[in-house]
Formats: sequence, structure tokens, C-alpha cells
Amino acid sequence: MDDMREVVLKYVIQEYLEEGDDDINYDSPLISSGTVDSFSMVSLKRFLENKYKISIPDDKATPEAFDSVNKIVTLVKQYL
Amino acid sequence: MAFSDNIRGIYQAQIKQLRDAGIFKQERFIHSSQAADIEVEFPTGSSVKKVINMCANNYLGLSSHPDVVKSAHEGLDKRGYGMSSVRFICGTQDIHRELEEKVTKFLGTEATILFPSCMDANAGVFEAILTADDVMISDRLVHASIVDGIRLCSAPHDTFKHSNMEHLESKLQLHSDKRVRVVITDGVFSMDGDTAKLDEMAVLCEKYDSLLFVDDSHASGFIGKTGRGTHEKCGVVGRIDIITTTFGKALGGASGGCVSGRRELVEMCRQKARPYLFSNTIAPVVVSGVLRVLDILSQSTERRDKLEKNTEYWRKGLTEAGFVLKEGDTPIVPVMLFNAKLSQDVSRDLYDLGIYAIGFFFPVVPQGQARIRTQISAGHEIHHLDEALDAFTKVGKKYNILGKTKQEIIDMYGA
Repeated sequence: MDDMREVVLKYVIQEYLEEGDDDINYDSPLISSGTVDSFSMVSLKRFLENKYKISIPDDKATPEAFDSVNKIVTLVKQYL
Repeated sequence: MAFSDNIRGIYQAQIKQLRDAGIFKQERFIHSSQAADIEVEFPTGSSVKKVINMCANNYLGLSSHPDVVKSAHEGLDKRGYGMSSVRFICGTQDIHRELEEKVTKFLGTEATILFPSCMDANAGVFEAILTADDVMISDRLVHASIVDGIRLCSAPHDTFKHSNMEHLESKLQLHSDKRVRVVITDGVFSMDGDTAKLDEMAVLCEKYDSLLFVDDSHASGFIGKTGRGTHEKCGVVGRIDIITTTFGKALGGASGGCVSGRRELVEMCRQKARPYLFSNTIAPVVVSGVLRVLDILSQSTERRDKLEKNTEYWRKGLTEAGFVLKEGDTPIVPVMLFNAKLSQDVSRDLYDLGIYAIGFFFPVVPQGQARIRTQISAGHEIHHLDEALDAFTKVGKKYNILGKTKQEIIDMYGA
């Protein structure tokens, strides 16, 4: 779990944060804060599916389910 | 009664929320034609005030140009007021074909199709040329109309960090399995005034067999040595697959837009783009005006040259006064204030001094990046810019922000 949290957090920072942005933690809101726009969820979903060899149904990949690193990890674990 | 008190209450509450959040938009009524000097009624009901306009997209000062107005009059007389039909039934005149051909020549593309607006061009183009087997990869700061077009399209969508070519390349690699990849960007970004790296993007798109789409609404007519647009500035004329642009800004400022680019893609828009199929096109009077605008711009670069000089003068003046600007060389010159309330206060004080410039803040720009967006025009004379610089300096002194860094301004007012 901790490993996965680290992997997802690292990916989100690398993929979405710009230079000078505030740091984020496992509970920081991602979608609702605008850090990750809802369009960019496509690459996040694709990353998770490739990394953990899972398939997340489109109707489960909601902005709410992707709204923090902890929520993402909870979602991914349902499909492992 | 369908519109019951209950339903009315729902909308009244929503409107109140907008007011409470400080994001309720209010129009300012202009009692004159669009120009550097305008007469404005603000607040609504107050007496009309003469101000210098520093926030119009009237980059070339052609909105009220006598030759353009004359041509529009002639168009009205010769081709009438309206078409009362969509293009493919009985809504296409010879002058629509003439304008499409002239735009193609002006932009250096293969073909062009007119749309009622560039908003409509962006709304229709992606769905017309892409399927669920393709992918759209857009810069994260593209214009809202592109975002809407992307939403209306069945192809999946991904983004890359603003103007970050390494990130773009990683996305092109990630989506290498798709049938068609389209990289999507603004030519000049409307809020920051920076220019897309079209030269590097063209190379990447050629390397990864991808289409390149550019919305050049804030560039057509004045960016590049002869004003053809961002592709001319970046030396990639003929290498952009799709250009969308507007006639509602520099090119006369009335209305209308187009998709210009590869012949087959334009043809797909003619067959499938819904805003083209299900809406009247540009009215004859406007088409006649735009035809004259393109003639003026093809004969001489005088207006875009003057705009370039005005922009340099304005940037230099603001910098010497001690304001923090977004770097760039386009006529969009954002004066950074960072704090939303400060941007509103500065805008109001400028207006009191006869300068019309609007404050932008979240959600129009990112949190902590509030600003006054100034826009320079070839219609400005040096005395307009001097008066505006004088007013900006007075207001800057009042708020003690001249010569201060970003951090110092944020420390004083918050972000």
C-alpha cells in the first residue's frame, strides 16, 4: 500500500505539477483543486492500468475516485 | 406556471453564489464605435465617460476603419442582409467562396472553410475529422473553445504541460498505437501572450506522424513579418495541418471564423462539422468587410509594423515604471498583480483616470496570478500610450507596487 502510494504520488508530481507549485500529499485534492484537470485523467488512468496490469472500468474512473492519491490507491486495489 | 417560485429560487441562489464569489460578470455599455478612444457607460445608468481602450482585440485598429466600413456597406447593397439558409442548401454566395480562397492564400494553406465564429470552428473540427481510434493531445492552456470542441469529440484526450516539448514527446510516444494523433495548441496564448513553439512542435509531429492543430485567433493579421500568423513567425508556413482563426479580432473584429489547412481535412469539415451544417454562415456584410481587410493587409505591413512599435513602447514604459509583466513580445501585455482584489481595485482606479483595462483573476487565470491584461492596437497613437502609462504609474504608486518583485507584492496583498 505504502509503495503504491509513493508510486502514484511521484507520478502525479512529475506529470501534473509545474515548477513553483505547492507540494502535495496523499490527501491533497487533485481534480477538485484543479491540479489535475479532468481531461488529464486519461493519462493517469492509462498509467495505473499499465503499471498494475489492471483494467479500471470507465464508469469507475470518476473525478471523485481520482481526487487524491489515497482515493486512487483505494480504487486501484479493487481491481488488483 | 412552469417557472415556479421554487425553480426561480434555484437560479436566484446560483446567481447570488456568483455575486458572493466575486465572479459575477457585468457588461459595460459602449456608446461609440470600437476604437482607441471610446465612450463608456459604467456602472450601468451612469453618464457616459470618454476613456482610452486598452483591452480590445482590435490589434490592427481595423474595427472601424473607413475602407472596411465602406466595403461592408457595398456588400450590404450588392448581396443583401441575410441568407436565411445554411451553406449547403442555399446559403453560399460567390463572396463566401472568394473569402475562403483569399484566406487560404493569406495563411499559406491548401483550403479553407468558413464558420459562424472561431468558437464554432473549434467546436466542430475535431468531431469532423477524428474517431474513437484517434487521440487529441492538447497544451494545458488552450482556449476554452478548444476545450469545448474536445468535449464534443469521441476521440480520447490527453494533455501536455504548457509549452513543454519533452512532455509532449512523451505523450506522442505513449499514444503511438493510435490511428491518428492530433497535437493541439493556441498560436498565441490569450491570457499570457506567449507564443507556441511551433517550429519544435512541427518537428515532433513529423517525427511521430501526427497532425498539428493551431488556433491562431490572437495572431492572424499581425504576428510574423507579414502578419500571416504564428506559423510565419516560427518559420513553419505549410507545415501546420489545421489552423483555426477568427475574423472577430484583428481581421476587422466583427465576427466569423474558419478552419484552414489540409484539403482533405477541410473537406471532412464541409461534410461533417455540425456548426457548419446546422447554422448560417457569416453574413454577406461581414464577408465584404473581411475581404477588404485581407486586401489592406496584403498590400502593406504598415499596420502590423506600427502595432509592433507600439507594443515595444508600451512594454518598455511599463517595465521602466516598475511593473511586473509577463514576458513576451506580442501585443497582449499582462501586468501582474497576483491578488484578485488588487486587480479589481487597480482596474477601477484606472477607469477613474480614463483608462479602460480589465482585471482577470481565478478561475479565468490560475489562482494567485491575477493581473490586468492590456492589449495594444495599431489604432493607439503614442499620446494614448503616454496617457495610459501616466495613469498606470499613478495607480502603481498608490498601491506601492512599483519596483516591487512578485514576492514583495504577494507579501503585501496576498496571492
